[in-house]
Amino acid sequence: MEPYSILNPAADASVTIYGVFKILLIVAIIIWFIFLALLLYATFFNPHHHDWIKSRRYIIGGGVIGPIILITLLVFYSLRPLPSLLKVPPKSRQIIVSGLQWWWRITYLHGQQKIETANEIWLPVDRPVEFILESEDVIHSFWVPALAGKIDMIPGRSNSLVFTPMKIGEYPGVCSEFCGASHSLMRFKVKVVSQSDFDQWLKKESRPIDSSLRPLNHVGGKLFVSHGCISCHTVRGVGTMGTVGPDLTHVGSRSEIASGALKNNLAALHRWIINPEKVKPESKMPSFNMIPKKDLEALTLWLKELK
Amino acid sequence: MAQGIKIMNSKEKQERLSQEKRLKKAWLLPKGWRYWSEVNNSEVGLWYTVTSLCFFFFAGILALLMRIQLAFPENNFLSADSYNQIFTMHGTVMMFLFAIPIFEAFSILLLPQMLGARDLPFPRLSAYGFWCFLIGGIFVCGSLFFGAAPKGGWFMYPPLTTSYQPGVGADIWLLGLTFIEVASIAAAVELIVGILKCRPPGMRINLIPIYAWYILIVAIMILFAFPPLIAGDVLLEMERAFNWPFFDTTRGGDPLLWQHLFWIFGHPEVYIIFLPSVALLATIIPTFSRLPLIGYSWVVLSAVGVGFLSFGLWVHHMFTTGLPGITLAIFSVASQAVAIPTGVQLFCFIATLVAGKFIHSVPMLFSLGGIITFVVGGLTGVMVAVVPFNFQAHDSFFIVGHLHYVLIGGSLFPILAGIYYYAPIVMGKKLSDIKGKWCFWIIFIGFNITFFPMHISGLLGMPRRVFTYPKEMGVSHLNLISTIGAFILASGFLILIWDLISSKLKKQHSERNPWKAGTLEWTMEIPDRMWGVRSIPKIKSRYPLWDQERFVEDVDQGKFYLPDAAEEMRETLITSPIDAVPQQCLRVPGPTFITHWAAFFTGGFFIFATYHWWTLAITSGVFALFSILYWLWTGSAWIPEKKVKDVGLNQTLPIYVSGPQAVGWWAMCITMLADFTAFISLIFGYFFYWTVREDFSDMTGSGPGIFWPVLSAILFILAYLGTRLSKNLNRKNHRKSFYSTLVISTLFSIFGITAIFMGPIIFNMDPTTHVYPAIVWVLVGWTGLHGFVGIIMQFYCLARRWAGKMTAEYDADITNVTLYFVFLALTSIVTSAVIAGFPELI
Repeated sequence: MEPYSILNPAADASVTIYGVFKILLIVAIIIWFIFLALLLYATFFNPHHHDWIKSRRYIIGGGVIGPIILITLLVFYSLRPLPSLLKVPPKSRQIIVSGLQWWWRITYLHGQQKIETANEIWLPVDRPVEFILESEDVIHSFWVPALAGKIDMIPGRSNSLVFTPMKIGEYPGVCSEFCGASHSLMRFKVKVVSQSDFDQWLKKESRPIDSSLRPLNHVGGKLFVSHGCISCHTVRGVGTMGTVGPDLTHVGSRSEIASGALKNNLAALHRWIINPEKVKPESKMPSFNMIPKKDLEALTLWLKELK
Repeated sequence: MAQGIKIMNSKEKQERLSQEKRLKKAWLLPKGWRYWSEVNNSEVGLWYTVTSLCFFFFAGILALLMRIQLAFPENNFLSADSYNQIFTMHGTVMMFLFAIPIFEAFSILLLPQMLGARDLPFPRLSAYGFWCFLIGGIFVCGSLFFGAAPKGGWFMYPPLTTSYQPGVGADIWLLGLTFIEVASIAAAVELIVGILKCRPPGMRINLIPIYAWYILIVAIMILFAFPPLIAGDVLLEMERAFNWPFFDTTRGGDPLLWQHLFWIFGHPEVYIIFLPSVALLATIIPTFSRLPLIGYSWVVLSAVGVGFLSFGLWVHHMFTTGLPGITLAIFSVASQAVAIPTGVQLFCFIATLVAGKFIHSVPMLFSLGGIITFVVGGLTGVMVAVVPFNFQAHDSFFIVGHLHYVLIGGSLFPILAGIYYYAPIVMGKKLSDIKGKWCFWIIFIGFNITFFPMHISGLLGMPRRVFTYPKEMGVSHLNLISTIGAFILASGFLILIWDLISSKLKKQHSERNPWKAGTLEWTMEIPDRMWGVRSIPKIKSRYPLWDQERFVEDVDQGKFYLPDAAEEMRETLITSPIDAVPQQCLRVPGPTFITHWAAFFTGGFFIFATYHWWTLAITSGVFALFSILYWLWTGSAWIPEKKVKDVGLNQTLPIYVSGPQAVGWWAMCITMLADFTAFISLIFGYFFYWTVREDFSDMTGSGPGIFWPVLSAILFILAYLGTRLSKNLNRKNHRKSFYSTLVISTLFSIFGITAIFMGPIIFNMDPTTHVYPAIVWVLVGWTGLHGFVGIIMQFYCLARRWAGKMTAEYDADITNVTLYFVFLALTSIVTSAVIAGFPELI
């Protein structure tokens, strides 16, 4: 399986584009073989002089009339689906995705409420969604090949990308505009789920962490505060909130950390906290290799608990 | 009677030998280390070619390093940082240090032969361009060995390259390449003037060799394509060095302006690379079909069409930036439409092959291989021009595959064909047929193994410019295949190098015109003589060697123009641009080291500026200025010892001309067109901000006012009128009034500069606060700088007249300076109208 492939489309936009692609590909292959045949005929199967007046027909037919007809047809064919790709259907769910070096800030607009998470997007199947794409530093590009084409995230602007996912499943996405050292490690996941699963998830995401996990009640929470993690990361229910790094309120429920660079498990969390540079070059996350091993274990266990 | 003929023959022979002796003396190569002071096109062209091939191999090795890193998922061969430097340098070097220079190199090397000229009109300019290219190229490439290379991609998008890459890498890219672009524009000027003014008598516009047509089109494209990038470089470097916020959205800037400027350059750039290679195909194919190119005028017109269209396609590199649907549609249509003129050219080749008698040869192998490869790239190009598919394919490996099919098929294969085809002229030796075939097949197969799978990796979702990819992406095997292919491809080039070296070492020279071609350059003797053609022929056909009787014999026997160098000076013929009527016997300058100094100090200016060592940079800049002035003073507009000269065939021509007949006037005009294009690009930036950013109009009232800009425009107009008047006074030989008018107009220029700067100074405009004052300052600075150059030119003319190097009759200097002032006045009028008018008045 190739989860990033545009050849297994799973949303209306990507299905449309896949259809266009198939036709383009077939036409291109046919033209190429005709051209090859002509070239071989002109050289190897036709070594003798011919009437050069007659040969001008090749120029007029093959060079002028043929391409003009083909290109005209192609223009109409290829522009036809464009409006549907750009138009925002009414009642689309709006999600702001903001690119940062090298992760994704995701904000669900739910009524008056803004629910923030990172690097993992859940979507209900068969419901149109509009992504409002922004950037907080350099230019990034939001691309989930199986669901839609890409749109750039440009500082100072806000772009829009719309599609309706059609199949339940997990679809990885990537940043496709070169954005610095760890551009290759700026990935995310889109999970398309049933409406009820989605509602449940969103409700859970909107809540702060359980009181049993708060610093007063849990050593991990205490360490999260005392080691200064909160100056960059938000965990709702813990205290002052940093916004430099991803919101970690429900990090335990995500399948990956560090924007797709590592699977979400204890060993990976250890690695990431101790030596982020090794995992993701030039990442803003500082190294915490001075944390005592005991504290580190408590901290990561606590993070895993944040479901 | 018979004895009489014999005596005459031997007398003639004697005469011919002494002519050759004089020609030899005029065109003698300097000996020893002074060899490097040569400026003749055949030497400079050769150095240029070899240097750009070296850069090609360098960038090729970088590609192999990238392929090793990508051979396996999550590989650790290269760090992210080095990978990013390497891919940036691969693209940059291939584009700026190989693809463009190689065509300029080929053209400097071969054009004079194709035009039956002894040299191009400005040999020292070519030499200067070459040394700039060498210094700049080594500087840019060298940065990689210190880990300080640019790492923002060859497209250098801000704000990544402004605020997020503090090192010196981006500055190296911006200043090093601006330096090289200046050299490219110098070469373009040389080639345009060469093609328009150095053609042999009788080579009217409809008889121009097809190669020269293409080069003319491409050189004109360079004039209009490079300046927008230079303007962009200026803005980006101003932001990096002085914090002027052109691309910073928090202070009114916009990163998309860079993308527009970059791709207004970047897309024509693709055609600037591609068309010269088509030119080689259009030259090679008729030779091996033994038939003139069918559809000559179709080919020329469609090449012009491609040139025009290529300036209207740039937005297809920006389809995913969130532009409105109508913009997408327009540029999509334009991008697909370019397939039509391209197709016409290819079908002209097919028609020629069908009608002619096909001869198997290594150059043809590379040509045909190139064409079918290019057609793949062209077809995928039409695919990605389709907006919906572009949304998916853009910035994926599909594009990497596509662009390499275009560039390697459309450019590199024809270049290799050209190397095999022209080796007898350039090296005096034919390359090996057997090695050539091996070389072709290994490169062809290796190429397809490398780049075809990339289309599939792209469709499977692999983005470009990644230093690694996860195993789950499912592209591991495809990448491994690509890597293996890359090494096969590279080994093909080893065969090429082997072939070049072993053929060079061969004792036996190639026969003359070994391919039995019909075009003028094959008149060349092998091994070649320093003077080029023995006499400059009269042309009556596009293929004179096929169509004109006794052509080579007559050339060899000196029966045409300029068979002699009576004064032992380097001379070539200047003709009119349309009908190629002889106009002048141009004396071209010989070997010198001053061009090296000029290049060295110009390089110093850019290199020191990279490190922000301003004192050194400015010192170096001043030295560069003085070297150039010395070069002009000693090497241009010589007053000849006699007015006219017998050039043979009962024709006498002037030695010195000024005004629109002179090559210097053309060069000034063409250079200023390029300069003005850069200026217009800055104006484009101004209006881009004005339309895109609301806060730009809010700055009304903080601007430079109306009074000072308008005053400055008036002063510059007066400076122009004064200069023009002084030109006329000089021509009438009113010595004193010439001096006084020119001094007064110099004062006008000085006041003009002062006035243009007064606006922003009085209104206290701080360029670091917002993009509005910044862009006003840039326009004002641009105008001021040009005013300053104008003043130097005015002083130069005063000094020339005073030194007796300019007289009433020989007045090229002041004529060209007057032309400069036309553009200066225009620049100041536009600047003033813009900064005083928008948004102040409207």
